Order: sequence, then C-alpha cells, then structure tokens
Amino acid sequence: MSVKITSYPGREITTDELKQGKYLELVQKFEPRYSWAAGVAISRFLNELKEGRIIARKCLKCARTLVPPRMYCEQCFRPTDEWAYVKDTGTVNTYSISHVAADASRLKEPLLVAVVDLDGASPGIGILHMLGEIEPDRVRIGMKVSAVWKPAREREGAITDIRYFRPMEVE
Amino acid sequence: MLKRRVAIVGAGITLFRRRMLETGKELSFEASKMALDSAGLTLKDVDAVVEGSAPDAFDGVHMKGEYLLDGSGGVGKPYQRVFVGGGTGVFTPIAGWWNVASGFHDICLCVAEEKMSPLHPHPQYAFWSIFDQILERPLGVTLLWIFSLEMRRYMHKYGITEEDIAHVAVKNKGNAVDHPCAQLGARITVDDVMKSEPICWPVKRLDVSPPSDGAAAVVLASEKTAKKLTDQPVWLDGVGWTLDSTHWTNRDLAYPEYLEKAGRMAYKMAGIKNPRKEIDIAEVYDPFDYKELHHMEGLQLAGKGEAAKMTVEGVTQRDGDLPVCPSGGLLGVGNPIAAAGMMKICEVFWQLRGEAGKRQVKKDARVGLAQAWGDLMQVGTVAVMRS
Amino acid sequence: MPGAIDALLPLRIGIVGVGYSGFDSMTPGLSTRELMFEAASRAYEDAGIDPRKDVQSFICCTEDFWEGISITDEYMPDQLGAVLRPLCTVSSDGLVGLATACMHIASGLADVAVVESHSKASDVLNPSEIMSFALDPAYTRHVEADPRFVAGLEMARYLKDSGTKREYCAEVAVKNKRNALSNPRSVHGARLTKDEVLGSQPVATPLTDMEASKTIDGSIVFVLANAQKAKKLGNHTVWINGIGWNSDTPWIEDRNLSRATYAEQAASQAYKMANVRNPASYFDLAEVDDTYSYKELQHLEALKLAPRGKAGRMTSSGVFDKNGRLPVNVSGGSLGVGHLLEATGLHRVLEAIMQLRGDAGRMQVPKARKALVQSWRGIPTATGAVAVLGN
Repeated sequence: MSVKITSYPGREITTDELKQGKYLELVQKFEPRYSWAAGVAISRFLNELKEGRIIARKCLKCARTLVPPRMYCEQCFRPTDEWAYVKDTGTVNTYSISHVAADASRLKEPLLVAVVDLDGASPGIGILHMLGEIEPDRVRIGMKVSAVWKPAREREGAITDIRYFRPMEVE
Repeated sequence: MLKRRVAIVGAGITLFRRRMLETGKELSFEASKMALDSAGLTLKDVDAVVEGSAPDAFDGVHMKGEYLLDGSGGVGKPYQRVFVGGGTGVFTPIAGWWNVASGFHDICLCVAEEKMSPLHPHPQYAFWSIFDQILERPLGVTLLWIFSLEMRRYMHKYGITEEDIAHVAVKNKGNAVDHPCAQLGARITVDDVMKSEPICWPVKRLDVSPPSDGAAAVVLASEKTAKKLTDQPVWLDGVGWTLDSTHWTNRDLAYPEYLEKAGRMAYKMAGIKNPRKEIDIAEVYDPFDYKELHHMEGLQLAGKGEAAKMTVEGVTQRDGDLPVCPSGGLLGVGNPIAAAGMMKICEVFWQLRGEAGKRQVKKDARVGLAQAWGDLMQVGTVAVMRS
Repeated sequence: MPGAIDALLPLRIGIVGVGYSGFDSMTPGLSTRELMFEAASRAYEDAGIDPRKDVQSFICCTEDFWEGISITDEYMPDQLGAVLRPLCTVSSDGLVGLATACMHIASGLADVAVVESHSKASDVLNPSEIMSFALDPAYTRHVEADPRFVAGLEMARYLKDSGTKREYCAEVAVKNKRNALSNPRSVHGARLTKDEVLGSQPVATPLTDMEASKTIDGSIVFVLANAQKAKKLGNHTVWINGIGWNSDTPWIEDRNLSRATYAEQAASQAYKMANVRNPASYFDLAEVDDTYSYKELQHLEALKLAPRGKAGRMTSSGVFDKNGRLPVNVSGGSLGVGHLLEATGLHRVLEAIMQLRGDAGRMQVPKARKALVQSWRGIPTATGAVAVLGN
C-alpha cells in the first residue's frame, strides 16, 4: 500500500450482519444442464470399465501408454496408435485424507483420495480415485493397490464402476 | 525485437474481506478509480481496458466480463477479459503489457476483480466444476483434494515436514498485519498451524487462504507517456506464462515445470540470468503455504526441495536476503482469486517505489517479481518489474 | 491513442494456416477436445508448422458456461499441441482473440501465434437459460422469457429510428439462407420467400424464428505469423491490415439500441490502421454478424458500408447479393450456416479467407482482394470486433 494513501475502499458484511439480514440479498437458483459427448476415447474407456477392464491408448512415437486414453498424444502432437489394456492394479503416487465435502461441509467419515499409477501404463501415468479398506495412517506413497469393482450387474460405464483401490498386501 | 517498454504508473486496491457489500462492478470501479487517481489520470486518458476475473460461477453471471465492464472503465473502449484460472491476477497486467507493447494502445487500465461470496452454500463449491465431468466429478472431488495430493507428493519427494511448511503461514499472516486491506493478518505460531483442524490432510485450516471479495488495479503506459506521468515508473520488463497438460494425474506434482518455463520466459525478456541473485523481492503465489515453497523452486529462487530451509532460516523475511510475500500474501491478505494476483503486482509496484510503509523490505529493492498460478495445477504466470 | 497507432501502419500480420472441423448441428461422436484436435491438425498442416516447436503463443476464446466447465482454460492445451507452452484464454469472441494474437505478434512476443475457438452447443441442454444467466441479476433477469426479448427490443427500436421497412429484415434471412445452399459448411441453408420468413413463429416480436440463427458445433483454428515468417510459411497468406474491438455499456436500458456503436468504434480503429478511407467502396466483400436478421442491417450501417437507414433498401435492391456491388455474407452468415457461439467471429474470418484465397467454390466472388469481417458477441452484450483483410 502506498504510504500516501490513507484509506481503502470497500465495506464489509460481517457474518453477524448476514445472519441478521441487515442487507438486501437476492437469491437465485440456476441449473445449467449439459450432456457432454464423451468422444471416441472416453466412450471406449467407459465401455471397458463396464466390462471390468481399464483400457489405454499408446503413442508409438514416444512409446507411452496413456490413461485416461486419448486419441492424440499431447507430447508428440499426433494421433495415438493403438488401444492396450492396462492392469487394474497400481501404486499410490500420492494421497490425501479429506474431511470436507465439495460444499465445504464436514464429512462424517474422512475420505481417502489418491493418484494411483497404473501397472501397464507408462511410469507416472495415473488416475484419480479413492482408497478403501485401509486406515488413513497406514497409507504410504509407493503402496501397491488393486481395484475393487462393483459387481458386473451394477456397473454403468462410469469411473465409479471402480469403488476404490485397496492395499494388495495385508499390513 | 521487443518494440516498446511498458511501465506501471499507478495502482489501487480495495479491502479484501470474506463478504463485501459492493457488487463486482462497484469493487472494480473502486480499484480502477484509485489506480487512475494515483496516476493523475481520468478514464478519458485510457485507451484500452483489460479485466481479469476467475470463474463466472462465483459472481453468478454468465459472460461476467461483459457484466463487469462498466465498473472496470471499459464502456466505449477496446476491452478484453482474460482468464487463466488462479493465474489471472498476474496475467491481467501481462495482457495490459501486450496492449501497450504492441503499439496498439498507449495507456491501458488493468483491473482484477473477484466476488466469491455470492455462491451458495460456499464459494468452494464452484471448484467442483473445474474437474473433468466424466472422470473426476462423479468421485465428489473437491479443490482441496488436488492441493493436498500435490502437497503430499512434494513433502514425500524432498522430505519436507508439515512444520517446515507451516513457517510460511506464520510469516505471511504476520506480514499481513501491516497490510491495510488484509483479511487475515495475525501473529500465529507454527504450533497454531499444526493444531488447526485438518481439512484435507496434509492441508489444515491455517495452511490455506480464505475465499474473499476484492479488486485491485494498475495503470500501464508506454515509456514516453510513463515518463511524463511519473518520475518513478516501474517497468514491466518481463512477462511469461505457460500451461501444462490437462492430465494432471499423469504429471509429477513434486515440481512445477510449467512455472519454470513461465519464469524463464519472463527472465529472458527482462534480461535476468541469475534469478536468485538478481530478484530482490518476490511476491510468489501462496494460496497454500506449501505453494510458496513449491513456486520458489519452480522460479529458480531456491534449489529443488530447499525452499523450506531458506524459509526456516529467515531468508524470506522482510529483512532477509530474498523477501518473499512481504505483503502477507494470499494467506494473510486474502484470496479473491484474480484480485489476489493483482494485489501482488501492486505490492511489488509500491515496494520498488519505496512506498510500502510498514511493509517496506529492508534491502534496497530494484527488481521484483510477482507470480500467480492456477487451473488444475497447470498454469504459471510471471511478471518481472524494475524500478 | 493516435500516436500509438501510427507506428503500426499498416498492421500486416499474416494468417498462414486455417483449419476447422464439425460444422454440424450435432457432433456426438467426438468430444470437444477431439473436435479441436481435428481442426488444429488441419490448420498446422495448412501452415506447415509443428506446434511443439514453431508457435510462441496459443489463444483460446471460450466461456465457461457454454462449456459446462469452470476454468475452461484447463482443457485446452493438449489437443492444440500447447502443453508446456504459453496458452491463455480470452473470454470474448474469436475475433477479439485474433486481435490478441496480433498484439502478441506486434509486440515481438511471438512470431507465430495460434487462435482457436469452438462451439459444442449440442452438449448444452438449456441454452436459453444460460443466455439468460448473462443478464443483470438485479435488474433484468427477472424477465422470465426467452432472453431473445433483448433482440426484439433492439429490433423494434432500430426499425423505428432507421425507418427501415420490416420486410427488409426478412430479406436478409432470405438472402443468407439461400447463399448458404452453396456453402459446403452450412447446416441451415434454405430457399425461402420473405413471406415465409415473416410468417414464421414469433420469437420476441418483431423478431421471428427464421430470422434468428441456430447454433451448430464446430472448431476453428488459425495460425498467424509476422510478415517475415509469413513469407516462408504457406503460400496463400491472407493479411490482417487492420483490427479493432470495442464494448458499449452492459446496461441494455442505457444503450442507443438502434445503433451498433461498438461496431462503429471497432471499425474506426480497424479502418485507421488499414488506411481505409471510403469503406463503402473499398471492399470486395464483407462477412458481418447476422445473428438476427436486423443485426446485419444495423452492422452494415455501423460499418459505413451503407448510409444510416439505407441498409435495408440496399439489401432489397440486391446491392449486397452475391452478384451485387458489395456481396455481404455470401457464405450464408450465421443465419444460413449456423451460429458458432464464441467462434462466430472466427467463422466470419474463415469465410472471408476462403474468398481471398480463391477457395470459395460456388460462392467465389471474382477477384476478391479486400474483405471486411465483423463480429458481435450476442445477447446481452454490446461488444464486437472488426478486421480488414487482404490478399
């Protein structure tokens, strides 16, 4: 702040004033609705999830196997070449213990979230998912985990067809 | 090949608070007016306006750039809104830079505004919609997940502890006590941070900056005009920005490579060869305390994994060899997304002119840096300024 | 400002590569990103560049609520070849993005810049509500009607102040939809009479359904280069000789609804840069915004291609026909091809480039050398841009 300036504009509304309804508030609800075309790559990915499999795309030029699959390699800028299945097991690249929901409200049970690098994909190629069947303080980066799937009849072709990843060794 | 030198000649800022009475338009106006007044200019003198604001979801207006344009001084003028997520605040004066450096305009007003409070039930909810609709949103993902995932990875790779990181929160919130607009200036201890409730471990309440309402603005001018307007122009000598891949789960989160590239782009333009030696003061983006460290390393102001040590040793204090966030940063002043980055630009501007009052750093600061970051941990925007 | 522009004359920035994809009412088989990859691949092939090596700046024009994503920026780099490169989003019409690329090049920051914009309108289920969400929350949103009531208001005022006959607006729709039948990219071409147009469903009187463009999907990518680089790249460079953009007040109630002042101001800047003294006789063709039929007339007058109040009569007498003195929207415009949301401005440029390259097939205006391109951001804005192109 410049020493020459003596006051700064802006009038705060405190939480109390808000609760007291001191100021006029316009409340409006708005629900934008979309139906996003998944496209070639993700449609196939989702269909494979329904079958209990994880599929990747390979770029033969940089020799990477990519999940989530995409029809173009972003490093080489060229179409990717082949489909390839990867395993539904992997390694915890990083994790976190979440105590809040998307709307900032407190969760009753903490959620374990992680980036899981998948076996069969190139190094460092992971997906976002949850961890389960493990106590938060037992999670380690580098842990081997495997996917727990919903039973076939419940799978819809969604990322949630995998319930979570659980540790492969009993600790 | 770079045609024209551009300077910042005025700056303005509103209070940052959790909830402000002013509308987004009014906040933009207050900051713009203040910036113009400080430069001795009126709106008539302005040739073009750039506005920066992050997700429309906060204000609750589609195409909010259009909605904000009157408060930003854009009526009847060439006006553009730029938007690169959290990087917007520093990107806004970068956009002003290209408006002037290109020769298209002589005087450009740059305003950054954010009004996060309108969104119910909580501003954080807007962040759910930044994630992939098909692969991530169904998991109930929150913004805090990706920060905490990144923080954990960074800590793991370099063996940095939560306590080390907490020093940043202590420093910045303490610095913010001297910032007249600050929302959360306070003298706290590392212990306070460690005891604050875990939100998304390892992120705890005092590790993170709050949602806020606020606006800030600067006026840019070409060299010739700047010299007429002030005898203390602050030259915007280097600008840089880089965006990394959408697929953040395919990247190594321990090191912000995109920020290194953005930094190099700005350093090259500004003729900076050794950032650690040549940058006197750095306003590095700190929405979370660990980000300050992460970014310092990306900007080559610290070796990989070494920023924490520098912080604990006091190097980044106001009286240290490389003051970082003397303003109090986002952690202390507040985080109205786009305005926060602009707040950093304003801080460097005032510091380089010796006008930062109680926050003035001890050393003789001639070259400063402001940096912002955002998207899915993807974008780095950097500005190098010289007095 | 005058001093600033003089240093630039003429602007002379080249469009060296063009690519597009989609141009269909729906593109369900491709995701937005896949659509963009297609357009970008074609543009880079056309320009003969490798985006991983040859481009210093990428600019996207998107709006979050059309995408259904907050911070659309995040989802742009990969499919454009922009990973770990300077990419940014300008929340405006594609033509403002083009202006931004010009500023990047003119400032020396980039030798080669890429501009992209797209529409995936088919993914949007309640577009009318989203458009309404752009209205002022306190003063205008309470009107629970199709937001195109704003166009109805404006059209009524324009007709009154300009003295334009109602049927002349219909003739714009007739012309453009018929022109579109010769455009391989068009979705909404049709052979209609002016009575059919006037008799179609009212949207918000006096505007009728046939006079309101319909959205389509598509992605458009351009590669720009400075004059030096442009000489080496591609062999059919189209030059941007002048460009301007402007915004009038967001308060609908405060505007002079009969005049497109944003277009007047933007044109003024573009004409000055390109040294266009007499717009009415300078251009061989024009691609102007026709989101609603009357907008074409309003814009022609703002651009000084027609004297105030005369654009309607001139349209009716065939001045702006494909074979007329100054063909306007030979492509079919948005009315005939379809509306591409924020990419509409780039669509106007695309059609003009095809003409200037001599690639316009059945639409070709003979000896096309100089084109005018203009865009408008749509309801509820008074924002638009203008560019002067030449070959």
